[in-house]
Amino acid sequence: MKLTLRVWRQPAADTDGAMTTYEVDSVSPDMSFLEMLDTLNEELILRGEDPVAFDHDCREGICGACSLVINGDAHGPERTTSCQLHMRSFQDGDTIDVEPWRAAAFPVVKDLVVDRSAFDRIIQAGGYVSAPTGSAPEAHATPVPKADADFAFEHAECIGCGACVAACPNGSAMLFTSAKVNHLGVLPQGAPERETRVLDMVDQMDAEGFGGCTLTGECATACPKGIPLPSIAAMNKEWLRAARKSPR
Amino acid sequence: MALDTRTRRTPSKGTGAGQRPVRGGPRALWDSTIGKKAVMAVTGLIMLGYLVAHMMGNLKIFFGPGEFNGYGHWLRTMGAPVLHHEWGLWLVRIVLVVAVVGHAVAAYQLSRRDIRARPAKYAHTKRRTSYATRTMRWGGVILALFIVWHVLDLTTGHTHPGGFQEGHPYQNVVDTFSTWYGNVIYLVAVLAMGLHVRHGFWSAAQTLGVGNARRERVLKAGANGLALLLTAGFVSVPVAVMTGLVS
Repeated sequence: MKLTLRVWRQPAADTDGAMTTYEVDSVSPDMSFLEMLDTLNEELILRGEDPVAFDHDCREGICGACSLVINGDAHGPERTTSCQLHMRSFQDGDTIDVEPWRAAAFPVVKDLVVDRSAFDRIIQAGGYVSAPTGSAPEAHATPVPKADADFAFEHAECIGCGACVAACPNGSAMLFTSAKVNHLGVLPQGAPERETRVLDMVDQMDAEGFGGCTLTGECATACPKGIPLPSIAAMNKEWLRAARKSPR
Repeated sequence: MALDTRTRRTPSKGTGAGQRPVRGGPRALWDSTIGKKAVMAVTGLIMLGYLVAHMMGNLKIFFGPGEFNGYGHWLRTMGAPVLHHEWGLWLVRIVLVVAVVGHAVAAYQLSRRDIRARPAKYAHTKRRTSYATRTMRWGGVILALFIVWHVLDLTTGHTHPGGFQEGHPYQNVVDTFSTWYGNVIYLVAVLAMGLHVRHGFWSAAQTLGVGNARRERVLKAGANGLALLLTAGFVSVPVAVMTGLVS
Protein backbone atom coordinates (compact mmCIF):
# COMPACT_ATOMS: atom_id res chain seq x y z
CA MET A 1 0.00 0.00 0.00
CA LYS A 2 1.04 3.54 -0.76
CA LEU A 3 -0.34 6.22 1.50
CA THR A 4 -0.26 9.98 1.89
CA LEU A 5 -0.12 11.08 5.52
CA ARG A 6 -0.91 14.53 6.78
CA VAL A 7 0.57 14.63 10.28
CA TRP A 8 0.42 17.38 12.91
CA ARG A 9 4.03 18.48 13.53
CA GLN A 10 4.75 20.77 16.45
CA PRO A 11 8.36 20.92 17.70
CA ALA A 12 7.48 21.97 21.26
CA ALA A 13 4.57 22.92 23.52
CA ASP A 14 5.03 26.65 23.06
CA THR A 15 5.63 26.69 19.31
CA ASP A 16 3.16 26.75 16.44
CA GLY A 17 2.40 23.55 14.61
CA ALA A 18 1.09 22.61 11.18
CA MET A 19 -0.17 19.64 9.21
CA THR A 20 2.79 18.23 7.25
CA THR A 21 2.46 15.87 4.31
CA TYR A 22 4.47 12.63 4.01
CA GLU A 23 4.36 9.82 1.47
CA VAL A 24 4.70 6.30 2.89
CA ASP A 25 5.42 3.41 0.54
CA SER A 26 5.40 -0.37 1.02
CA VAL A 27 2.82 -0.42 3.80
CA SER A 28 1.47 -3.89 4.54
CA PRO A 29 -2.29 -4.18 5.25
CA ASP A 30 -1.30 -6.36 8.24
CA MET A 31 0.66 -3.56 9.88
CA SER A 32 -0.88 -1.78 12.83
CA PHE A 33 -1.30 1.96 12.50
CA LEU A 34 1.62 2.51 14.87
CA GLU A 35 3.86 0.13 12.87
CA MET A 36 3.03 2.20 9.81
CA LEU A 37 4.16 5.31 11.73
CA ASP A 38 7.33 3.40 12.79
CA THR A 39 8.02 2.82 9.07
CA LEU A 40 7.61 6.52 8.41
CA ASN A 41 9.89 7.40 11.33
CA GLU A 42 12.63 5.03 10.12
CA GLU A 43 12.60 6.81 6.77
CA LEU A 44 12.65 10.22 8.49
CA ILE A 45 15.62 9.17 10.64
CA LEU A 46 17.51 7.91 7.56
CA ARG A 47 16.83 11.26 5.87
CA GLY A 48 18.17 13.02 8.97
CA GLU A 49 14.80 14.51 9.89
CA ASP A 50 13.10 14.63 13.28
CA PRO A 51 10.87 11.55 13.69
CA VAL A 52 7.17 12.01 14.51
CA ALA A 53 6.64 11.84 18.27
CA PHE A 54 3.61 9.77 19.38
CA ASP A 55 2.60 8.03 22.60
CA HIS A 56 2.51 4.23 22.72
CA ASP A 57 3.28 1.50 25.22
CA CYS A 58 1.70 -1.95 25.32
CA ARG A 59 0.51 -2.00 21.71
CA GLU A 60 -2.12 -4.54 22.61
CA GLY A 61 -4.99 -2.20 23.38
CA ILE A 62 -4.96 -2.32 27.18
CA CYS A 63 -2.71 0.48 28.44
CA GLY A 64 -4.37 3.57 27.02
CA ALA A 65 -1.14 5.27 25.95
CA CYS A 66 -1.74 5.60 22.22
CA SER A 67 -3.71 8.69 21.38
CA LEU A 68 -4.17 9.55 17.71
CA VAL A 69 -7.05 11.31 16.01
CA ILE A 70 -7.16 9.60 12.63
CA ASN A 71 -9.29 11.21 9.92
CA GLY A 72 -11.20 13.11 12.59
CA ASP A 73 -11.95 10.01 14.69
CA ALA A 74 -10.26 9.42 18.05
CA HIS A 75 -8.39 6.11 17.53
CA GLY A 76 -9.53 5.99 13.89
CA PRO A 77 -12.40 4.31 12.08
CA GLU A 78 -12.56 1.05 14.08
CA ARG A 79 -13.83 0.74 17.65
CA THR A 80 -10.43 0.00 19.17
CA THR A 81 -7.23 1.76 20.16
CA SER A 82 -4.84 3.25 17.57
CA CYS A 83 -2.36 0.43 18.21
CA GLN A 84 -4.96 -2.24 17.41
CA LEU A 85 -6.11 -0.46 14.27
CA HIS A 86 -4.70 -2.18 11.20
CA MET A 87 -3.88 -0.76 7.80
CA ARG A 88 -6.42 -3.11 6.20
CA SER A 89 -9.00 -0.59 7.40
CA PHE A 90 -7.65 1.78 4.75
CA GLN A 91 -7.40 1.69 0.94
CA ASP A 92 -4.27 1.88 -1.17
CA GLY A 93 -3.66 5.51 -2.15
CA ASP A 94 -5.65 6.97 0.78
CA THR A 95 -4.79 10.31 2.35
CA ILE A 96 -4.90 9.98 6.14
CA ASP A 97 -4.97 12.90 8.60
CA VAL A 98 -3.25 12.24 11.94
CA GLU A 99 -3.73 14.74 14.75
CA PRO A 100 -3.20 14.85 18.53
CA TRP A 101 -6.03 14.86 21.13
CA ARG A 102 -7.42 18.40 21.18
CA ALA A 103 -8.50 19.86 24.52
CA ALA A 104 -7.38 22.76 26.68
CA ALA A 105 -6.79 20.31 29.53
CA PHE A 106 -4.55 18.14 27.29
CA PRO A 107 -1.82 20.52 26.05
CA VAL A 108 0.36 19.27 23.18
CA VAL A 109 3.86 18.34 24.36
CA LYS A 110 5.28 17.57 20.93
CA ASP A 111 3.77 16.50 17.59
CA LEU A 112 1.09 13.92 18.51
CA VAL A 113 1.97 13.66 22.21
CA VAL A 114 -0.31 15.39 24.71
CA ASP A 115 -0.02 15.81 28.47
CA ARG A 116 -2.81 13.79 30.13
CA SER A 117 -1.73 14.48 33.74
CA ALA A 118 -5.16 16.04 34.30
CA PHE A 119 -6.61 12.51 34.29
CA ASP A 120 -4.09 11.42 36.94
CA ARG A 121 -5.15 14.31 39.16
CA ILE A 122 -8.83 13.37 38.74
CA ILE A 123 -7.96 9.82 39.85
CA GLN A 124 -5.91 11.17 42.77
CA ALA A 125 -8.93 13.21 43.87
CA GLY A 126 -11.01 10.12 44.53
CA GLY A 127 -10.41 7.20 42.19
CA TYR A 128 -9.38 4.82 44.96
CA VAL A 129 -10.77 2.69 47.77
CA SER A 130 -9.46 2.80 51.34
CA ALA A 131 -9.07 -0.97 51.54
CA PRO A 132 -6.59 -2.35 54.04
CA THR A 133 -3.50 -3.67 52.30
CA GLY A 134 -1.78 -6.89 53.21
CA SER A 135 -2.68 -10.43 52.31
CA ALA A 136 -5.52 -10.85 49.82
CA PRO A 137 -8.90 -11.21 51.55
CA GLU A 138 -11.00 -14.31 51.10
CA ALA A 139 -12.75 -13.89 47.77
CA HIS A 140 -16.25 -14.62 49.10
CA ALA A 141 -15.95 -12.54 52.26
CA THR A 142 -17.77 -9.61 50.65
CA PRO A 143 -20.68 -10.72 48.51
CA VAL A 144 -21.35 -8.60 45.42
CA PRO A 145 -24.59 -9.07 43.47
CA LYS A 146 -23.99 -10.25 39.90
CA ALA A 147 -25.67 -7.21 38.36
CA ASP A 148 -23.45 -4.86 40.40
CA ALA A 149 -20.33 -6.84 39.53
CA ASP A 150 -21.19 -6.62 35.83
CA PHE A 151 -21.90 -2.89 36.09
CA ALA A 152 -18.60 -2.30 37.90
CA PHE A 153 -16.66 -4.40 35.44
CA GLU A 154 -18.16 -2.63 32.44
CA HIS A 155 -16.85 0.66 33.84
CA ALA A 156 -13.56 -0.79 35.06
CA GLU A 157 -12.74 -1.45 31.41
CA CYS A 158 -11.84 2.24 30.98
CA ILE A 159 -8.13 2.50 30.17
CA GLY A 160 -7.96 6.26 30.63
CA CYS A 161 -6.76 6.96 27.09
CA GLY A 162 -8.72 10.21 26.79
CA ALA A 163 -10.47 9.45 23.49
CA CYS A 164 -13.72 10.66 25.09
CA VAL A 165 -12.20 14.10 25.73
CA ALA A 166 -10.66 14.19 22.26
CA ALA A 167 -13.98 13.36 20.60
CA CYS A 168 -16.14 15.69 22.70
CA PRO A 169 -16.89 19.06 21.06
CA ASN A 170 -16.69 20.56 24.56
CA GLY A 171 -13.48 18.79 25.60
CA SER A 172 -15.42 17.23 28.48
CA ALA A 173 -14.07 14.44 30.70
CA MET A 174 -17.48 13.30 31.93
CA LEU A 175 -17.31 9.81 30.41
CA PHE A 176 -13.87 9.10 31.89
CA THR A 177 -14.83 10.42 35.32
CA SER A 178 -18.16 8.58 35.25
CA ALA A 179 -16.41 5.30 34.43
CA LYS A 180 -14.28 5.61 37.56
CA VAL A 181 -17.09 6.88 39.79
CA ASN A 182 -19.50 4.13 38.70
CA HIS A 183 -16.89 1.37 38.87
CA LEU A 184 -15.97 2.06 42.49
CA GLY A 185 -19.24 3.53 43.73
CA VAL A 186 -21.34 0.42 43.09
CA LEU A 187 -19.03 -1.97 44.93
CA PRO A 188 -19.05 -2.51 48.72
CA GLN A 189 -15.31 -1.85 48.82
CA GLY A 190 -15.89 1.64 47.45
CA ALA A 191 -18.82 2.46 49.72
CA PRO A 192 -16.95 4.45 52.44
CA GLU A 193 -15.92 7.13 49.92
CA ARG A 194 -19.05 6.94 47.82
CA GLU A 195 -20.09 10.59 48.36
CA THR A 196 -16.69 12.25 48.67
CA ARG A 197 -15.39 10.38 45.62
CA VAL A 198 -17.91 11.75 43.16
CA LEU A 199 -17.83 15.28 44.63
CA ASP A 200 -14.01 15.44 44.71
CA MET A 201 -13.49 13.90 41.28
CA VAL A 202 -16.03 16.23 39.65
CA ASP A 203 -14.48 19.22 41.45
CA GLN A 204 -11.07 18.24 40.11
CA MET A 205 -12.48 17.63 36.63
CA ASP A 206 -13.93 21.15 36.62
CA ALA A 207 -10.71 22.62 38.02
CA GLU A 208 -8.67 21.07 35.20
CA GLY A 209 -10.61 23.08 32.64
CA PHE A 210 -12.57 20.30 30.98
CA GLY A 211 -15.85 21.40 29.42
CA GLY A 212 -19.35 20.43 30.49
CA CYS A 213 -21.49 17.67 29.05
CA THR A 214 -24.08 18.49 26.37
CA LEU A 215 -24.98 14.84 25.75
CA THR A 216 -23.78 14.81 22.13
CA GLY A 217 -22.71 11.18 22.61
CA GLU A 218 -19.42 11.61 20.73
CA CYS A 219 -17.45 10.26 23.71
CA ALA A 220 -19.26 6.92 23.85
CA THR A 221 -18.94 6.55 20.07
CA ALA A 222 -15.18 7.06 20.28
CA CYS A 223 -14.50 4.98 23.41
CA PRO A 224 -12.35 1.96 22.44
CA LYS A 225 -13.67 0.05 25.45
CA GLY A 226 -17.34 0.79 24.87
CA ILE A 227 -18.09 2.72 28.06
CA PRO A 228 -21.76 3.56 27.39
CA LEU A 229 -23.27 7.05 27.36
CA PRO A 230 -25.77 6.26 30.19
CA SER A 231 -22.70 6.10 32.48
CA ILE A 232 -22.82 9.89 32.52
CA ALA A 233 -26.45 9.85 33.68
CA ALA A 234 -25.46 7.37 36.39
CA MET A 235 -22.69 9.71 37.60
CA ASN A 236 -25.07 12.70 37.54
CA LYS A 237 -27.40 10.69 39.77
CA GLU A 238 -24.51 9.90 42.13
CA TRP A 239 -23.41 13.53 42.21
CA LEU A 240 -26.89 14.87 42.95
CA ARG A 241 -27.33 12.23 45.66
CA ALA A 242 -23.96 13.12 47.22
CA ALA A 243 -24.64 16.86 47.01
CA ARG A 244 -27.92 16.31 48.86
CA LYS A 245 -26.26 14.20 51.57
CA SER A 246 -23.31 16.56 52.14
CA PRO A 247 -22.13 18.81 53.89
CA ARG A 248 -19.81 16.05 54.97
CA MET B 1 14.20 -5.77 63.76
CA ALA B 2 11.20 -3.59 64.24
CA LEU B 3 9.15 -2.75 61.22
CA ASP B 4 9.44 0.78 59.95
CA THR B 5 6.57 2.60 61.56
CA ARG B 6 7.42 6.05 60.36
CA THR B 7 6.68 7.81 57.13
CA ARG B 8 8.51 10.66 55.50
CA ARG B 9 5.28 11.84 53.95
CA THR B 10 4.29 15.24 55.26
CA PRO B 11 0.77 15.57 56.62
CA SER B 12 -1.61 16.87 53.98
CA LYS B 13 -2.85 20.39 54.50
CA GLY B 14 -6.38 21.61 54.80
CA THR B 15 -8.09 18.25 54.67
CA GLY B 16 -7.98 17.36 58.35
CA ALA B 17 -11.20 16.77 60.25
CA GLY B 18 -13.00 20.01 60.94
CA GLN B 19 -11.11 21.86 58.21
CA ARG B 20 -13.00 20.38 55.32
CA PRO B 21 -14.85 22.88 53.21
CA VAL B 22 -18.59 22.78 53.67
CA ARG B 23 -20.17 21.09 50.70
CA GLY B 24 -23.62 21.31 49.30
CA GLY B 25 -26.00 24.23 49.22
CA PRO B 26 -27.03 26.36 46.25
CA ARG B 27 -23.55 27.89 45.83
CA ALA B 28 -21.86 24.51 45.42
CA LEU B 29 -24.61 23.47 43.02
CA TRP B 30 -24.14 26.55 40.84
CA ASP B 31 -20.32 26.31 40.88
CA SER B 32 -20.21 22.77 39.52
CA THR B 33 -20.76 21.93 35.86
CA ILE B 34 -23.10 19.10 36.86
CA GLY B 35 -25.03 21.31 39.28
CA LYS B 36 -25.41 24.04 36.69
CA LYS B 37 -26.68 21.49 34.20
CA ALA B 38 -29.17 20.33 36.83
CA VAL B 39 -30.41 23.93 37.11
CA MET B 40 -30.79 23.99 33.33
CA ALA B 41 -32.67 20.69 33.39
CA VAL B 42 -35.13 21.78 36.09
CA THR B 43 -35.78 25.23 34.56
CA GLY B 44 -36.10 23.59 31.15
CA LEU B 45 -38.72 21.17 32.45
CA ILE B 46 -40.65 24.06 34.06
CA MET B 47 -40.71 25.83 30.69
CA LEU B 48 -41.65 22.58 28.95
CA GLY B 49 -44.61 22.12 31.29
CA TYR B 50 -45.69 25.68 30.51
CA LEU B 51 -45.38 25.01 26.77
CA VAL B 52 -47.74 22.05 27.00
CA ALA B 53 -50.33 24.18 28.85
CA HIS B 54 -49.81 27.08 26.44
CA MET B 55 -50.30 24.84 23.41
CA MET B 56 -53.53 23.41 24.80
CA GLY B 57 -54.77 26.96 25.43
CA ASN B 58 -53.88 27.95 21.86
CA LEU B 59 -55.92 25.09 20.45
CA LYS B 60 -59.05 26.67 21.95
CA ILE B 61 -58.93 29.09 19.04
CA PHE B 62 -60.54 26.35 16.92
CA PHE B 63 -63.71 26.59 19.05
CA GLY B 64 -64.37 30.20 18.07
CA PRO B 65 -63.77 33.69 19.47
CA GLY B 66 -66.13 33.21 22.40
CA GLU B 67 -64.31 30.27 23.91
CA PHE B 68 -60.82 31.63 23.12
CA ASN B 69 -61.49 35.09 24.55
CA GLY B 70 -63.23 33.52 27.53
CA TYR B 71 -60.14 31.42 28.15
CA GLY B 72 -58.00 34.57 27.97
CA HIS B 73 -60.26 36.16 30.56
CA TRP B 74 -60.10 33.09 32.83
CA LEU B 75 -56.28 33.35 32.86
CA ARG B 76 -56.76 36.68 34.65
CA THR B 77 -59.27 35.38 37.17
CA MET B 78 -57.33 32.16 37.78
CA GLY B 79 -57.29 31.18 41.45
CA ALA B 80 -60.14 33.54 42.40
CA PRO B 81 -61.47 34.21 44.91
CA VAL B 82 -58.30 33.28 46.83
CA LEU B 83 -56.13 35.26 44.42
CA HIS B 84 -56.85 38.82 43.38
CA HIS B 85 -57.37 39.73 39.69
CA GLU B 86 -54.29 38.69 37.61
CA TRP B 87 -52.33 37.48 40.67
CA GLY B 88 -52.32 33.91 39.41
CA LEU B 89 -51.14 35.07 36.01
CA TRP B 90 -48.36 37.15 37.56
CA LEU B 91 -47.25 34.21 39.68
CA VAL B 92 -46.90 32.15 36.52
CA ARG B 93 -45.04 35.01 34.83
CA ILE B 94 -42.60 35.38 37.74
CA VAL B 95 -41.84 31.64 37.79
CA LEU B 96 -41.30 31.72 34.01
CA VAL B 97 -38.99 34.74 34.11
CA VAL B 98 -36.90 33.12 36.85
CA ALA B 99 -36.76 29.91 34.80
CA VAL B 100 -35.81 31.69 31.57
CA VAL B 101 -33.12 33.79 33.24
CA GLY B 102 -31.67 30.83 35.18
CA HIS B 103 -31.67 28.66 32.07
CA ALA B 104 -30.07 31.34 29.89
CA VAL B 105 -27.38 32.40 32.37
CA ALA B 106 -26.39 28.79 33.04
CA ALA B 107 -26.35 28.06 29.30
CA TYR B 108 -24.18 31.11 28.62
CA GLN B 109 -21.68 30.26 31.36
CA LEU B 110 -21.47 26.58 30.41
CA SER B 111 -21.10 27.42 26.72
CA ARG B 112 -18.27 29.82 27.46
CA ARG B 113 -16.58 27.08 29.47
CA ASP B 114 -17.12 24.48 26.74
CA ILE B 115 -15.65 26.71 24.04
CA ARG B 116 -12.62 27.48 26.22
CA ALA B 117 -12.13 23.76 26.87
CA ARG B 118 -11.66 23.07 23.16
CA PRO B 119 -9.61 26.01 21.78
CA ALA B 120 -7.98 24.18 18.85
CA LYS B 121 -10.14 22.65 16.14
CA TYR B 122 -9.30 19.47 14.24
CA ALA B 123 -8.08 19.90 10.67
CA HIS B 124 -10.18 16.88 9.73
CA THR B 125 -13.67 17.37 11.14
CA LYS B 126 -16.55 14.96 11.03
CA ARG B 127 -20.19 15.68 11.70
CA ARG B 128 -21.82 12.93 13.71
CA THR B 129 -24.24 14.66 16.04
CA SER B 130 -27.88 15.26 15.16
CA TYR B 131 -29.14 18.61 13.87
CA ALA B 132 -31.10 19.13 17.10
CA THR B 133 -27.94 18.63 19.18
CA ARG B 134 -25.83 21.00 17.09
CA THR B 135 -28.41 23.79 17.15
CA MET B 136 -29.07 23.87 20.91
CA ARG B 137 -27.10 27.09 21.51
CA TRP B 138 -28.22 29.17 18.54
CA GLY B 139 -31.70 27.66 18.78
CA GLY B 140 -31.83 28.91 22.35
CA VAL B 141 -30.80 32.41 21.25
CA ILE B 142 -33.52 32.37 18.56
CA LEU B 143 -36.09 31.32 21.16
CA ALA B 144 -35.03 34.10 23.57
CA LEU B 145 -35.38 36.72 20.82
CA PHE B 146 -38.72 35.23 19.80
CA ILE B 147 -40.08 35.43 23.35
CA VAL B 148 -39.29 39.17 23.43
CA TRP B 149 -41.12 39.74 20.13
CA HIS B 150 -43.97 37.44 21.11
CA VAL B 151 -44.63 39.37 24.34
CA LEU B 152 -44.38 42.76 22.57
CA ASP B 153 -46.72 41.46 19.86
CA LEU B 154 -49.51 39.68 21.71
CA THR B 155 -49.21 40.66 25.39
CA THR B 156 -48.30 44.37 25.42
CA GLY B 157 -49.21 45.03 21.78
CA HIS B 158 -46.26 47.37 21.13
CA THR B 159 -45.25 45.74 17.84
CA HIS B 160 -48.71 44.45 17.00
CA PRO B 161 -49.82 44.96 13.39
CA GLY B 162 -53.11 46.84 13.24
CA GLY B 163 -54.90 48.02 16.36
CA PHE B 164 -54.11 45.87 19.39
CA GLN B 165 -57.25 45.21 21.38
CA GLU B 166 -56.83 44.38 25.05
CA GLY B 167 -59.13 41.50 25.95
CA HIS B 168 -59.70 40.37 22.38
CA PRO B 169 -56.90 37.84 21.86
CA TYR B 170 -58.77 36.04 19.05
CA GLN B 171 -58.70 39.12 16.79
CA ASN B 172 -55.08 39.91 17.82
CA VAL B 173 -53.92 36.41 16.85
CA VAL B 174 -55.68 36.66 13.48
CA ASP B 175 -54.06 40.08 12.88
CA THR B 176 -50.56 38.77 13.63
CA PHE B 177 -50.88 35.74 11.40
CA SER B 178 -52.31 37.84 8.59
CA THR B 179 -48.86 39.37 8.08
CA TRP B 180 -46.15 37.45 6.24
CA TYR B 181 -43.44 38.34 8.78
CA GLY B 182 -45.62 37.33 11.71
CA ASN B 183 -45.96 33.88 10.18
CA VAL B 184 -42.28 33.58 9.28
CA ILE B 185 -41.00 34.60 12.72
CA TYR B 186 -43.50 32.32 14.45
CA LEU B 187 -42.86 29.26 12.27
CA VAL B 188 -39.06 29.58 12.56
CA ALA B 189 -39.35 29.91 16.33
CA VAL B 190 -41.70 26.94 16.65
CA LEU B 191 -39.35 24.74 14.61
CA ALA B 192 -36.42 25.90 16.78
CA MET B 193 -38.54 25.05 19.86
CA GLY B 194 -39.27 21.56 18.53
CA LEU B 195 -35.59 20.85 17.93
CA HIS B 196 -34.66 22.33 21.31
CA VAL B 197 -37.20 20.13 23.09
CA ARG B 198 -36.08 17.05 21.17
CA HIS B 199 -32.51 17.18 22.52
CA GLY B 200 -33.36 19.13 25.68
CA PHE B 201 -35.94 16.78 27.18
CA TRP B 202 -33.70 13.74 26.74
CA SER B 203 -30.68 15.67 28.05
CA ALA B 204 -32.59 16.87 31.11
CA ALA B 205 -33.41 13.25 31.93
CA GLN B 206 -29.72 12.31 31.68
CA THR B 207 -28.64 15.32 33.75
CA LEU B 208 -31.09 14.52 36.52
CA GLY B 209 -29.88 10.91 36.50
CA VAL B 210 -33.16 9.42 35.33
CA GLY B 211 -31.64 7.91 32.19
CA ASN B 212 -30.13 4.47 32.07
CA ALA B 213 -29.54 1.87 29.38
CA ARG B 214 -33.00 0.31 29.76
CA ARG B 215 -34.91 3.59 29.69
CA GLU B 216 -32.92 4.99 26.75
CA ARG B 217 -35.49 4.08 24.10
CA VAL B 218 -38.46 5.25 26.15
CA LEU B 219 -36.82 8.60 26.89
CA LYS B 220 -35.76 9.14 23.26
CA ALA B 221 -39.27 8.27 22.05
CA GLY B 222 -40.76 10.55 24.71
CA ALA B 223 -38.53 13.44 23.62
CA ASN B 224 -39.41 12.94 19.95
CA GLY B 225 -43.11 12.56 20.68
CA LEU B 226 -43.21 15.65 22.87
CA ALA B 227 -41.28 17.71 20.31
CA LEU B 228 -43.55 16.58 17.49
CA LEU B 229 -46.75 17.16 19.49
CA LEU B 230 -45.73 20.67 20.58
CA THR B 231 -44.55 21.63 17.07
CA ALA B 232 -47.76 20.38 15.45
CA GLY B 233 -49.94 22.05 18.09
CA PHE B 234 -48.26 25.45 17.80
CA VAL B 235 -47.96 25.36 14.00
CA SER B 236 -51.67 24.57 13.60
CA VAL B 237 -52.73 28.09 14.67
CA PRO B 238 -50.88 30.17 12.02
CA VAL B 239 -51.68 27.52 9.41
CA ALA B 240 -55.37 27.77 10.32
CA VAL B 241 -55.29 31.57 9.96
CA MET B 242 -53.40 31.33 6.64
CA THR B 243 -55.89 28.85 5.23
CA GLY B 244 -58.86 30.84 6.47
CA LEU B 245 -60.03 28.18 8.93
CA VAL B 246 -59.69 30.79 11.68
CA SER B 247 -60.59 34.34 10.69
